Amino acid sequence: MSGDPIYTEMIIEYSRNPSNFGKIADAHIHQHDANPLCGDTIDLYLNIEDNKISEIKFDGHGCAICMACSSVLTEMIKGKSLDDVKKFDKDELLSELGLQHLVKTSPVRIKCALLSLKSLKFGIYSYFVDKMKDSESAGNLNEEAANLY
Amino acid sequence: MQSTADAFEDLRKDFPVLNRRVRDNKKLVYFDNAATTQKPNQVIDAISDYYQNYNSNIHRAVHALAEESTEAFENTRDIVAKFLNIEDSREIIFVRGTTEGINLVAYAWGRDNVKEGDIIVTTEYEHHSNIVPWQLLTQEKKAQLKYIDIDDNGELMLDQLDDYLSTGKVKLVTFSHMSNVLGTISPVEKIVSKCKNAGVKVLIDAAQSVPHMKVNVNEIGCDFFVFSGHKMLGPTGVGVLWAKKEILEKMSPFLGGGDMIREVHKYETTWNDLPYKFEAGTPNIADVIGFAKAIEYLEKIGMDNIRNHELELTKYALEEMKKIPGLTLYGTKEPEKRGGVISFNFNDVHPHDVGTIIDKDGVAIRSGHHCAQVLMEKLNVAATNRASFYIYNTKEEIDVLIAALQNVAKVFKL
Ligand SMILES: Cc1ncc(COP(=O)(O)O)c(C=O)c1O
Repeated sequence: MSGDPIYTEMIIEYSRNPSNFGKIADAHIHQHDANPLCGDTIDLYLNIEDNKISEIKFDGHGCAICMACSSVLTEMIKGKSLDDVKKFDKDELLSELGLQHLVKTSPVRIKCALLSLKSLKFGIYSYFVDKMKDSESAGNLNEEAANLY
Repeated sequence: MQSTADAFEDLRKDFPVLNRRVRDNKKLVYFDNAATTQKPNQVIDAISDYYQNYNSNIHRAVHALAEESTEAFENTRDIVAKFLNIEDSREIIFVRGTTEGINLVAYAWGRDNVKEGDIIVTTEYEHHSNIVPWQLLTQEKKAQLKYIDIDDNGELMLDQLDDYLSTGKVKLVTFSHMSNVLGTISPVEKIVSKCKNAGVKVLIDAAQSVPHMKVNVNEIGCDFFVFSGHKMLGPTGVGVLWAKKEILEKMSPFLGGGDMIREVHKYETTWNDLPYKFEAGTPNIADVIGFAKAIEYLEKIGMDNIRNHELELTKYALEEMKKIPGLTLYGTKEPEKRGGVISFNFNDVHPHDVGTIIDKDGVAIRSGHHCAQVLMEKLNVAATNRASFYIYNTKEEIDVLIAALQNVAKVFKL
């Protein structure tokens, strides 16, 4: 098993000690999503200040891949501007954990890896459309999210 | 055939897929039998034979091929009836599977017989297919859906059934003969006799029981009985709904179309006789014919031998798994009260991760909620791992599973 390209030290470590794990009360954005295949759930909380992600946390039950990807995602986008977050691509996230190969090798597990990114994109879309009444800024983030995997 | 391990080992040669290597050239250890079983050559060949030699639609034309296919198709009905000890094979209705069978009852029987305020009783360990159709029906009719809860052993708390029945409002009690997650075998006789005393109809989801033990439907005395062929060596897309003739005759049809009619006029139609009234459209002819071979195969081994073989495997697996520190086993600890299904969790490792890691060793189990989220909620977990056995599995394969689980412990530094 030592050569296993999925369960690296880093992934195991993140799954044991996820970063930015928890809730934010009255967050500007709260997005809930689930993976119907395995029943994993995730709640993503974000606060926005000056068009930047000022705070981000996630909460939920998931496998090691889901936990590690959610942790890294929150680390990577904290402090970023909404414009940058809108452009944030799945490859950036996957390569950070050496999981790019999942796109090809595991159509099932890729869903675990990208669940939080999907929630992020949907969450920001709803924030613009529902809260800011600014569908122009929301762009087609919803479609992007729906087509992630 | 003797019920020795050797005899069971010997039948592996009938299953081509068991020779397969997976991942890094690992021998396949197939422990996902509760989801679907593998198919023997006898079944595969019967399907090819149909397509190669007598493919034709049934019940209509008078040519030679149509007569042959109709006969093979109808012959399966008789084989199913005999297998379950049902006297009248016209009570056997072919459907796509358990899911369709339950939906048929919920739609065709439920809509005529359930009204506002009535109660449908199900259980906490049902598959989604024995929950969602009843949610749809009770919501439409403003009726109520109630659950028999399970206790810490994963067994049904039958006192609750008494309470529900005493309201006089229960129209149907519907439950699985064997839980697809915990393996618990339901106390069928007790439930049916309580319901009969109260004049309440009973549906049994036998998807996990008929493949693994001798079942005598006539003796059970339920009203509806449903199962899937693909979980018992048969092809996908074939299932059986059995119900008593008096009930089927009074029931409205489910799907309308060809074959289910007697006469069609511009604005009205009269229904065909049983079972055709409930078999609209061209059925899954090839797979129904293949299904007959699956039943013959099982009967040749003997259902009691199969049950004993699985009981041996289950006992062995439970013993070995108990030795692994940090492994949580769900369901009753008494092997006799359960089928060959073992759900477990391994420390805090998510079942998906367990599944992926042991898959590298060729071991196929199921990780997830097993279409039983109500039960997952009760167990307070998002998912479990599930190993489920069948006739071709061996103790050596269980050893491979145990070794693979030890790998999981290594990777996660447990
Ligand atoms: C207890 C039980 N009921 C119903 C079903 C659904 O069967 P099918 O998917 O063949 O309709 C299953 C299969 O997973 C099951 O295990």
